[in-house]
Amino acid sequence: MAFAPSDEPVALKILVAGGFGVGKTTLVGAISEIRPLRTEEVLSDRGVGVDDLDGVETKTTTTVAMDFGRITIREGLVVYLFGTPGQERFWFMWDELSYGALGAVVLADTRRLTDCFPSIDYFEQRGTPFIVAVNCFDGAERYEPDDVRIALDLDPDLPVLLCDVRRRASAKVVLVTLVEHALKTLTATQR
Amino acid sequence: MTRKEWLDDDAGPVVRPFALIGGRARSSGDDLDLIALITTTGANPRDRADISPEQAHILELAAETSSVADIASDLNLALGVVRVLLGDLQDQGLVRVRPPAQVAPLPSARILKEVINGLRAL
Repeated sequence: MAFAPSDEPVALKILVAGGFGVGKTTLVGAISEIRPLRTEEVLSDRGVGVDDLDGVETKTTTTVAMDFGRITIREGLVVYLFGTPGQERFWFMWDELSYGALGAVVLADTRRLTDCFPSIDYFEQRGTPFIVAVNCFDGAERYEPDDVRIALDLDPDLPVLLCDVRRRASAKVVLVTLVEHALKTLTATQR
Repeated sequence: MTRKEWLDDDAGPVVRPFALIGGRARSSGDDLDLIALITTTGANPRDRADISPEQAHILELAAETSSVADIASDLNLALGVVRVLLGDLQDQGLVRVRPPAQVAPLPSARILKEVINGLRAL
C-alpha cells in the first residue's frame, strides 16, 4: 500500500460532480488508478437516506456500484477522487462524500448546462471550494469560459475552464486548477 | 468437482453479507469516512477465533495503513459490511482510525502545494 508506517499519512478527497453522462468517470480514469467500490444502500419509495429500520417490508436493499480514483503524490500522501452519483435518488450519498473534501470539480456540458445547477448549488451552500470545468464534447458548440460563467451566474473569482476529460493532460490541468483554488480559499480564510 | 467450477463471481457471494456481520446493520464503524485511514495497533486479538477471515484480511491490509475505501475495494465487499467489520476491530483495539477531519477540510498550505506539484509532475 501507499503509506509508509513511519509517516503521518495524509489522505485528501476531491469530488467530481455534474449531471449524468457528463464524463465524471472518464475524468477520474484519465488521471488516476480506478478502483471499484460497492455500497449497499437501503432504498424506499418515499425517499432515500431515511435511516429507519422499521417497516422494512417497504424497502429493498440494493447494491450501488461506484468507482473511485487514487493518485499517489508520494508515499504517505494520497489524493482520492470520488464521482458523485449523477442520479437524484443517490443524493443522500453526497453529504457523506463531501464531508472533509478538499474541493470539487463540477463538470458541465454546454448542451445541457442546467444539469450542473444542483451540484453548484450544493457546493455553494456547503462552502466547499469548487471550480467549473466545461467538458468539450465533439460536435458541441464551443463557448468561452466567461460565457459559461455568466450563464451559470458564478462569482468572478471562481475558476471556469474548458477541458477534454478523455485527455490526461487536460484532466491534470483541471485538478491543478482546483487545488490552486482550494489553496487560495484556504489562505483567504486564514488571513 | 471442485467448488470453483460452479461458483464464480456471477453466482454472488457464497456467504451473504449480512451473515458476515452476524445480521447486524450497526456498529461503532457506521460513521467511518471513506478516506479515514486505518492502521493496525499491533495488539494481538484476545482470541484468534473471534477474528473472521475477512477481518484477518483487513488486518493484513491495515498493517501498512489503508483507507476505508481501499479496504472495501480490496475485499470486494459492500462498504456497509466493511464498516461493521472495522468497527468490531476498533472496539477490540486492533486497529486505529484516523478520521480525515484531522487533515481536511483545512489541510495545510504546505500539503496543498505539494499536491499541486505532484499533480503537475504526473
